[in-house]
Amino acid sequence: MALLEIRWHGRGGQGAKTAALLFADAAVETGKYIQAFPEYGPERMGAPVFAFNRISDEPILQHCGIKEPNIVVVLDPTLMETVDVTDGLPPDGVILVNTQKSASEIKKQLKLTSQNVYVVDASKIANEILKRNLPNTPMLGALIKVSKLLDFNAMLGSVKLRLEHKFPNRPEVVEGNMKAIKRAYEEAKA
Amino acid sequence: MIVARTGNEAMAEAMRQINPDVVAAYPITPATEVVQLFSTFVHDGTVSTQFVPAESEHSAISACVGASSAGARVMTSTSSQGLALMHEILFIAAGLRLPIVICLVNRSLSSPINIHCDHSDSLASRDSGWIQIFTENTQEAYDTTLMAVKIAEKALLPAMVTTDGFIISHGMERVELVGDAEVPKFLGERKAKTSLLDVDNPITLGALDLQDYFFEHKRSEIDAMNHVLPIIDEVQKEFGKKFGRNYNTVDEYKMDDAEVAILAMGSTGGTGKVAVDRLREQGKKVGLIRCRVYRPFPKGAMLKAVSKVKVLGIMDRADTMSTLGGHLYNECRSILYDSEERPIMKNYIYGLGGRDISIEEIEDIYAELFNIQKSGEVDKEIVYYGVRGE
Repeated sequence: MALLEIRWHGRGGQGAKTAALLFADAAVETGKYIQAFPEYGPERMGAPVFAFNRISDEPILQHCGIKEPNIVVVLDPTLMETVDVTDGLPPDGVILVNTQKSASEIKKQLKLTSQNVYVVDASKIANEILKRNLPNTPMLGALIKVSKLLDFNAMLGSVKLRLEHKFPNRPEVVEGNMKAIKRAYEEAKA
Repeated sequence: MIVARTGNEAMAEAMRQINPDVVAAYPITPATEVVQLFSTFVHDGTVSTQFVPAESEHSAISACVGASSAGARVMTSTSSQGLALMHEILFIAAGLRLPIVICLVNRSLSSPINIHCDHSDSLASRDSGWIQIFTENTQEAYDTTLMAVKIAEKALLPAMVTTDGFIISHGMERVELVGDAEVPKFLGERKAKTSLLDVDNPITLGALDLQDYFFEHKRSEIDAMNHVLPIIDEVQKEFGKKFGRNYNTVDEYKMDDAEVAILAMGSTGGTGKVAVDRLREQGKKVGLIRCRVYRPFPKGAMLKAVSKVKVLGIMDRADTMSTLGGHLYNECRSILYDSEERPIMKNYIYGLGGRDISIEEIEDIYAELFNIQKSGEVDKEIVYYGVRGE
């Protein structure tokens, strides 16, 4: 696999960084070389934030920012009104949006031509299962589907381990997240 | 074991495996996580370290000096203003020949206030008598932290291992960890010749030392620095043999037939290597040199590397404020003074306050170096790359 670059768009507090770290962690488990890094600005709750991933079969040497990502993930649909989420996205790029709208509506809204648009209502999934609007882990499931990068079950196992480590006394949080990831994986569509 | 870790997590992991006798620390962005994670190891009992949460960096390093004088294996971590606040005590640690190790996360010194990477903090303490090793990535930060303890204790000098703030400290990468049981075997125990706590053999440390003997003692400290490079070579060799990852004081990348090269430190070394690969694909004879050990300055290895090329672009992520350019530029001009054939040199000061440097920008620098090779002349010897108004 050639080097693949991903940009996550979220708002401070939505877990863009955590999602990028979880994704990298899962990819390492399947034998890939990875990077995950946030962009640290004057960060505060609700402000637009970025996080990034690189993933490859070969060692990754560069440590510069990512300007032309192959895949863009948008955690919060309202960001599309203020942030140019398609900035640097190549003609064959992929954009995955957490939204209630259809892929063709998003394609129109973002004035995209050749890029592949995928949508999933990750907020609805999170609200129903996790009882909170935390779209980052469901979006992880959707990303695995659209990127076709990793084996879904291997990824699930790795994310579960990481969450169990993070929430040692809250198995319901781990189970909820697993359920949300699975559902987003099933519901993400072009 | 292969895992995904940020630079800070990797350094904390190394500290866990080292299990120092004492860690005294004060938090500062972007190094906070190193000791924050380490303090959880202390809390969970996975290390037997005496952890001293100090009220400032000055106190933290002072506690390190005390503990190291008692014969303990001692580590801490800091960044930027924190290292600046330690400055006074850095010289004392070196003068007392205490092998303390600092995991340093490189961050700009104020003012203006900034939390991102440049090398102004560690380079401002370059004359303090500490060994300084700059790392390129998370794996190297982890490996070098392990090696630094052994190097410092063999040299009887303190050492700092640096990572680029946020770029490496908060960037997650694939890291291969050494087994927990392997680390104590590799390091052995610290065997201090003297201990402040040894009441049967009392010693005095830090006594007044005036015109009669100060100079001799300082001279012996300087001499200790003269013996460090062979120690680093030896420890790097042993590490490579045991764990399969090999390091040099100066990292050469595709230098054998290179006509022009860039010299850099830290994570930019990796970004530059990608630029080299791309230009090599076009048949261009380019190479990259990365200064890994900065103190003591690896004169022999550096001379060997820089003498291979016709034109050398020297990238400094700090300025000496002397109007003479950056640190590496000055060191290289100095060591090349006696050479009959030396490359044409140009200094690129870049990336201050964390400004990104891209592969394309480094390719652009190589293109400029080829133009210099063609014309044989440098129009401007020191430039500030990627700054508005240049």
